[in-house]
Amino acid sequence: MQPTNRSQRILQPVKLWYLYLSLLIAFALTLIPTGHLPGVPDWLALVLAFWSVREPLRVSLGTGFVFGLLVDVGHGAALGQHALAYVLLTYGANALSRRVLWFSPLEQALHILPLLLLVHVVMVVVRMLSGADFPGWWYFTGSFTAALLWVPMHFVLLFPQFRPVERDDNRPI
Amino acid sequence: MSLIGHNTPPIFKRGPAPTVRLMLYVSAALVLLVTDLKFRYLEFMRQTVAVVLYPVERAAATPADLVLNAATYFATLAKVQQENALLRRQQLRMSEQLMRHEQLARENSRLRTLLGMREELPARSVAADVLYAAHDPFSRKVILDRGSTHGIAKGDAVVDERGVIGQVTRVHPIQAEVTLLTDKEQAIPIAVQRNGLRGVVFGAGAGQLELRYLPATADVEPGDTLVTSGLDGLYLPGLPVAKVLRVDRDTQAFARIFCLPVGGVEQSTQVLVMGRLNLPLPPMGGGEDAVVAKAGGGS
Repeated sequence: MQPTNRSQRILQPVKLWYLYLSLLIAFALTLIPTGHLPGVPDWLALVLAFWSVREPLRVSLGTGFVFGLLVDVGHGAALGQHALAYVLLTYGANALSRRVLWFSPLEQALHILPLLLLVHVVMVVVRMLSGADFPGWWYFTGSFTAALLWVPMHFVLLFPQFRPVERDDNRPI
Repeated sequence: MSLIGHNTPPIFKRGPAPTVRLMLYVSAALVLLVTDLKFRYLEFMRQTVAVVLYPVERAAATPADLVLNAATYFATLAKVQQENALLRRQQLRMSEQLMRHEQLARENSRLRTLLGMREELPARSVAADVLYAAHDPFSRKVILDRGSTHGIAKGDAVVDERGVIGQVTRVHPIQAEVTLLTDKEQAIPIAVQRNGLRGVVFGAGAGQLELRYLPATADVEPGDTLVTSGLDGLYLPGLPVAKVLRVDRDTQAFARIFCLPVGGVEQSTQVLVMGRLNLPLPPMGGGEDAVVAKAGGGS
């Protein structure tokens, strides 16, 4: 078999319900009221980026747009603000998908960081054009935390696909 | 669907190219943004989605509630006793004021009838708790646990025990969004309590307010109290808003007047939402009746 990337194991195909469940959980996490605490990651952007890299045929611009609108309503932000940012994010992550999987998770995080920063920059530009205040530099720290979370996230989200096809009670997973 | 960086051979029909799809989605998002920010046409759509999202939001708010509740739970007994004593003293003072207030209100209404002025409109008020600060980091907003089912309407004034803290800008059935006075887009018509000079106060960021569009020679001094003027027909007149912090008269035409809000704009957790009862509309169709009604209302 032709090697696909540096994931040492042959993964099972992703289950669609698991993919959408993880997106919904990430969406619920973004709704936790954290006030203006600095460094809170945008969970949904992270999970969206992850699946757009892993499953570019399943998760792409449309998914980003719809979830972006949901976040806009949930956050009481301008309608289309997150949608625009997430569409650009999923586009970028889709474009990276053929290249980024050859790297280790930590190096992948370095590839994703600019995209996560782009999400914040797009939203700042959109809102400042419409006359809002600059939220302060701490606003961008969220994307760095999110990039750090990429590594553990990588294992959590791929966990069901690590399982072997046949069940073996003597194996841990 | 085709992948970015890989042109699909024309024999396979797999939907529009990625760049085309990107352009479509980006323009859709931009159209939504402009419609929402400039024209505010999308409130209905927002409301519908918000109602569907409500259970998720409540579930997501639970961890924050837990943290807050734990904090209050572990407050020491001494602190509670202290607070209790303070509240007792406050209540004593208030009850004395209330007695005087009742008498004054009666006297006031008598005098008003004597003068032939219209009775002051009674206000409706709803007590509410601040659930949490809104997520949007670009604005200063908080979410209340009461909504349109409890009688809150868009435009109502929100006050705490010291003064005005904001205005209800979006109402959902069981929640309401309050834009705080310190928000850059929030304006409130005021009058200087000392001399009745009218003006409009805007949010200036950094917890401050700015009284704009007053000439450099205007009679405003640091320490003046600003109260709502009630001219907008939304706020009740006479609610304390802010105290003037400093006045900068060196600018060309307008004075730059910075104020500090009186109420605990960014701290209050219990608030009162106050609205005016709807004004009776003057009769339609113009004519003599309308003129009379106008003259009566203008006093």
